[in-house]
Amino acid sequence: MSVKDRVIAIIAEQAVLEPSDVTMESTLDDLGIDSLGLVESIFAIEEEFDISVPFNANEPEQSDFDISSVATIVAGIEKLISEQAA
Amino acid sequence: MKRVVITGAGTINALGRDVPATLEAMREGRCGIAELEFRDVERLAIRIGGQIKGYEPESYFNRQQMALYDRFTQFALLAAREAVAQSGLSFHGDLADCSGVVLGTSGGGLITQDENYRSVYEEGKNRVHPFVVPKLMNNAAASHVSMEMNLRGPTFTVATACASSNHAMGLAFQMVRSGACSVMLTGGSESMLCFGGVKAWEGLRVMSKDACRPFSASRNGMVQGEGAGVYVFEEYEHARARGAEILAEVVGFAMTSDASDIVMPSKQGAARAITGALRDGRIRHDEVGYINAHGTGTAANDKTECAAVADALGGQADRVMISSTKAMHGHCIGGTGAVELLACIMALRDGVIAPTIGYEEPDAECALDVVPNEAREAEVDVVLSNAFAFGGLNAVLALRKV
Repeated sequence: MSVKDRVIAIIAEQAVLEPSDVTMESTLDDLGIDSLGLVESIFAIEEEFDISVPFNANEPEQSDFDISSVATIVAGIEKLISEQAA
Repeated sequence: MKRVVITGAGTINALGRDVPATLEAMREGRCGIAELEFRDVERLAIRIGGQIKGYEPESYFNRQQMALYDRFTQFALLAAREAVAQSGLSFHGDLADCSGVVLGTSGGGLITQDENYRSVYEEGKNRVHPFVVPKLMNNAAASHVSMEMNLRGPTFTVATACASSNHAMGLAFQMVRSGACSVMLTGGSESMLCFGGVKAWEGLRVMSKDACRPFSASRNGMVQGEGAGVYVFEEYEHARARGAEILAEVVGFAMTSDASDIVMPSKQGAARAITGALRDGRIRHDEVGYINAHGTGTAANDKTECAAVADALGGQADRVMISSTKAMHGHCIGGTGAVELLACIMALRDGVIAPTIGYEEPDAECALDVVPNEAREAEVDVVLSNAFAFGGLNAVLALRKV
């Protein structure tokens, strides 16, 4: 499975949706994922990819991790995987 | 001052998943104590407990709820659901605003702590689930009950070790009696049956390896249990106006501190709590028919408790029945008084006195009628529930038949 599919599977599970209902354009708000759901998703992503996601729930917009859509989340994770694999 | 009545009861414990199953087991003198089942149990010297076997949280909670609810919160919610359903209450508007939750617990989310300490210390993981804190905090159960039932008044948790739920119920009683609240959900919940929870108790060397035998000369210690009891305490006129079924009236409560030793019980402290509850409820000594004992099955508690009852009741101590149901469901620590209050309600409503099972031989230092091994039929009008905690904190409730 690609990084994208794995991330979508995690987000879909959190949102209690089928992966096919999660598009790259979806926002977490669209999917009904609240702040606790977000930190739980980030935890699941860290576990899945063995990476550390720089995200502080106090200042999400300041974090070096863009959560504005599924696409930005996938891109952020791909970047972290390549950086943290080194 | 308002009168306070109980209009709903709920439980889950080793004897049953609800009140009817628990009362049936108490009538039959069934023992819910068995071999413990959890990870690393083979490294323990103490391997028995009153564990709720075959418990599957997914039958009661969805995935998101399970991620947030420690086992002690789950137990509290299940007991609260049963109690509120029985009461027939639903909480909206003004009633929601003047109703709350006071629950006792000692360990809170101890299993959540245990699992996550294991993960970071033993397994060397550097990441824990984000809900560890909201899951383990001691007020989690009270908060989730408040959220699920829409109770928007005073809501908090009381932690006084083995007296936690009696203190909680006593405070709830006082809040309804004073007029501060119309309805309070109250009781307690505990879930410490995990490797770390039992290992800590082992260290004190007060645990029995084979059985809990309160008041018996052959007793050799306590046995831990788990579970919850939750009650609906309601202002009497409010309950009457809606035609609610009243299970019992709460009439008295007292709490004292021994102010002497962190673990050894004191006769004076316990006797002052019993006497205080009688005074608070304007109860004559000869009215007390049954006492649900703290009765842990340790050498120290049982003889001290019997001496305290004898002191407090004087000549009436010889005719009062006193039993410890811990031999059946185990010592549910911060939830124990709440589970045990069921035996008090059964005595008042059904005229059945729960037995002290496991009783083998009389102890001259526990020379009261401890209702050995078999339940007894008896009409009683007033009952007491004793709880005497480590830390020397005593809390006694008095209930009267309505």
